[in-house]
Amino acid sequence: MLEDGKRERAHDHTQAESHHHHTHAKTSHHVRGHHLLQVSNLSVGFRMYDPDASFFSAEQRMSYVIDDLSISVHAGEIVAVVGASGSGKTLLADSIMGLFEPNAEVRGELWFDGELMDQASLAGVRGHGISLVPQSVSHLDPLMRVGKQVEGFGSAGSAAERRARRRELFERYGLGDEATVLYPHELSGGMARRVLLCCALMDDPKLIIADEPTPGLDLDLAVKALADFRSFADAGGGVMLITHDIELALRVADRIAVFKDGAIVEETAVANFATPDTLEHPFSKALWHALPEHGFSVEGDVSAGGDAPC
Amino acid sequence: MGKWNSAALHPRETQFMSIPVLHVPLRRRVTNRKVTVASCIGAAVLLAIVVVAGQLLAGQAVTADFSAKSLMPSADHLFGTDWMGRDMLARTFAGLSTSVLIGLLAACVSALIALAIAAIAALGGKRADAVVTWFVDLFMGIPHIVMLILISYALGKGVVGVTVAVSLTHWPSLTRVLRAEILQCRESQFVAHAQKLGQSRLRIALTHMVPYVLPQFIVGLVLLFPHAIMHEAAITFLGFGLPPDIPAIGIILSESMSYLSAGMWWLALFPGLALVLTVMLFDVVGSNLRRILDPHSSQE
Amino acid sequence: MARFILKHIVRLALLLFAVSVIAFLLISLSPVDPVQANVGQAAWTSMSEAKRAQLAEYWGVDVPIWQRYVNWLTSTLQGDLGTSLRYNAPVADVISWRAGNTLLLMAVAWVVSGVLGFTLGIVAGVKRGSIVDKVVKAYCFVLAATPTFWLGLLFLMVFAVALGWFPIGFSTPIGKAAADVTLLDVAHHMVLPAITLSVVGVAQIALHTREKTIDVMESDYVRFARARGMGTWEAVRRHGLRNLALPAITLQFASISEIFGGSVLVEQVFSYPGLGQAAVTAALGGDAALLVAIAVVSSAFVFGGNLVANILYGMIDPRIRRGEAARG
Repeated sequence: MLEDGKRERAHDHTQAESHHHHTHAKTSHHVRGHHLLQVSNLSVGFRMYDPDASFFSAEQRMSYVIDDLSISVHAGEIVAVVGASGSGKTLLADSIMGLFEPNAEVRGELWFDGELMDQASLAGVRGHGISLVPQSVSHLDPLMRVGKQVEGFGSAGSAAERRARRRELFERYGLGDEATVLYPHELSGGMARRVLLCCALMDDPKLIIADEPTPGLDLDLAVKALADFRSFADAGGGVMLITHDIELALRVADRIAVFKDGAIVEETAVANFATPDTLEHPFSKALWHALPEHGFSVEGDVSAGGDAPC
Repeated sequence: MGKWNSAALHPRETQFMSIPVLHVPLRRRVTNRKVTVASCIGAAVLLAIVVVAGQLLAGQAVTADFSAKSLMPSADHLFGTDWMGRDMLARTFAGLSTSVLIGLLAACVSALIALAIAAIAALGGKRADAVVTWFVDLFMGIPHIVMLILISYALGKGVVGVTVAVSLTHWPSLTRVLRAEILQCRESQFVAHAQKLGQSRLRIALTHMVPYVLPQFIVGLVLLFPHAIMHEAAITFLGFGLPPDIPAIGIILSESMSYLSAGMWWLALFPGLALVLTVMLFDVVGSNLRRILDPHSSQE
Repeated sequence: MARFILKHIVRLALLLFAVSVIAFLLISLSPVDPVQANVGQAAWTSMSEAKRAQLAEYWGVDVPIWQRYVNWLTSTLQGDLGTSLRYNAPVADVISWRAGNTLLLMAVAWVVSGVLGFTLGIVAGVKRGSIVDKVVKAYCFVLAATPTFWLGLLFLMVFAVALGWFPIGFSTPIGKAAADVTLLDVAHHMVLPAITLSVVGVAQIALHTREKTIDVMESDYVRFARARGMGTWEAVRRHGLRNLALPAITLQFASISEIFGGSVLVEQVFSYPGLGQAAVTAALGGDAALLVAIAVVSSAFVFGGNLVANILYGMIDPRIRRGEAARG
């Protein structure tokens, strides 16, 4: 399996065909014969006091928040990573970006566009291939004007080129020039979301990792907001959409990766969520049953997954 | 996964070792709470020893021996002797003991004042809160040392003057902390629930508020000790407070100033160093205590 | 903005008024009778009858305290702070010359400790857990436990007594006429006190900036900046500095009280003729008029510092600046 990523068979998979522990959607492409992003056996652990030992004799030991996680993103698709809030999904995003907590132990194989990554090469693709769309306006410097922040200070292109690109993006997303002189706290929710997207698109990425990009929006608005990601994917990019909202994921994504207890328990085409029979893992089945149109039933195997998404 | 694999070794284990490492955690000293508690207790015991030794050596500290005047540190007199032949080791311990005792007393009084005022501010309604906040601002605005000087001047110097002065000047910052803590507690869910359940105010205060605020109070109190001791030493050094016949660190250092130009460096070096170490010991007790009691840092 | 400043100035005046009441009250409480304590002083013997009468009006035990305070306040508001018995000169003169000395000393220490502490704090915070961080932390831990006056004594012993690099006291060479004193003389005499104050002052600002730096490095916006390909130090430069400068400046202004306290001790150690030394002399010698005046002036330093910090914050931070503008 380790070598598989390198010498990938150069053919398109058919709908719902299984390979690499996942099934494909129509839009999933293996450009140049590999996944756009492939994560294998990723683990992220922290030193914590042993919660089982008594208070005073407790030793610190490793506790894994992400535990042997594997997932792939193809060119042209949106993969939604669905899991409960606070279950470590942001840590997954940070790890793919190569932003590790100082006290974290991180193991795993990350392949981006056919290359095996290490810490240095991950730093190289940050903002130069992989771009992050963060959750909220708190990801902008509160003391710097928005226009300047979107333009960034990257080495790619002169300041004038970046300004032109920013103008083009602002125009495309209906942000007026007056938005450039605002400070982050002065942005409305909708503006903030588009500004954050523009930040990511400034760098012309191949892969976008969107970490809960539609907080507080109701489903229909959120789906609308994600149309921009759809068009990005349709143009050949890949999107990893991290969310706690399974309904939203089913509406906009091509494939769903079910995140539970630090691992992806099932990675499957959205089509397979049509009936619980095409789902393999009991937790996925439980998720299916918990959907509103299926009567919020908790009959499935919820004991296997106490932390169903909320 | 082949069947034989799981029989030989846990498959996860063998696989795990072959996975490339992307990031190694920063190596940190592995501590457990036992070590934290031990260093806390150890420092407290050392401080107790200093105080007891100081009291035992009090007599020796004032005994002049004119046959052994102005001696450099030696095996007989580890810290040397002063111009009256008094042993500086004994004087240092006696002085530390005095300073620590006054500091402890003053810090306790200060902390109780802070608790009372914070409770008034947090529980006494908007107006009381505004008045207290204004007074805290006012007291924070008068430079600490000036306030110390004014109070000990008002009380005519002496031991009482110094103790009262230190007691009356250390409450403002702790008051702020405790006020915020009590306010947060009062507005918390569990107190609201208790009120809904019809518990009496006293019961709520005793069963919910006290356990909530107590850790902060204790940590705040212990962290006041070093400040109180240093300010006691400072105000004594300036010539307020204790009469010259009581060996206090401030007095010892202030006296040493006249002999510095004569090259008697040991008069100032050792007592000061001892004071620094004592204050650091208090810091150790305080910060370790906080690590144990304060949930915010309990994973460190 | 004008209203914002005006509000703070009114507050400042109120606080200073309260300080004068407290100081006056405490001094009046004292068993030391300033009149009696200074009968032998040159100032007393050379004093005119009128002046003696005024002195009794302010500080005499026979006059009720509130009346004495009103007397004092009336003449103070007219610009007459009374006569210093210890220095045999008008209080205003004693204070204005010494306040200059103290302000100079404090300003140097304030700037040096601020810049040094800010820099060390950022380096330690960014390189958290490294050797540099440990050294900075150890330095701060030890310095926080070191009494300013003892450090002054140490410096005095090493650099003035043993090495002879610096004079042992006074802000200018003794016996030199004031007109002949050069800037170099002043600087030479100020070096040790200023270094002492700076070295102690570094600890607080460095530790505080270190904590803030750690927060900023873990903040969403620095993580996002790094996610966009910015290096660690570039992120610190572009986003860290401006966000760290605000709290550091606030803290540095708020620490004026402590720097003044330190300068009282340092002035005593180095015989530097500033306000602090005068405060000690006044309090030990029962010079009530001078003591009240110093209490008020030193508090004015502190409140003034806080006021400047508040105004600066309002001008620099867009969240406050624009908020004020929006409110009208």
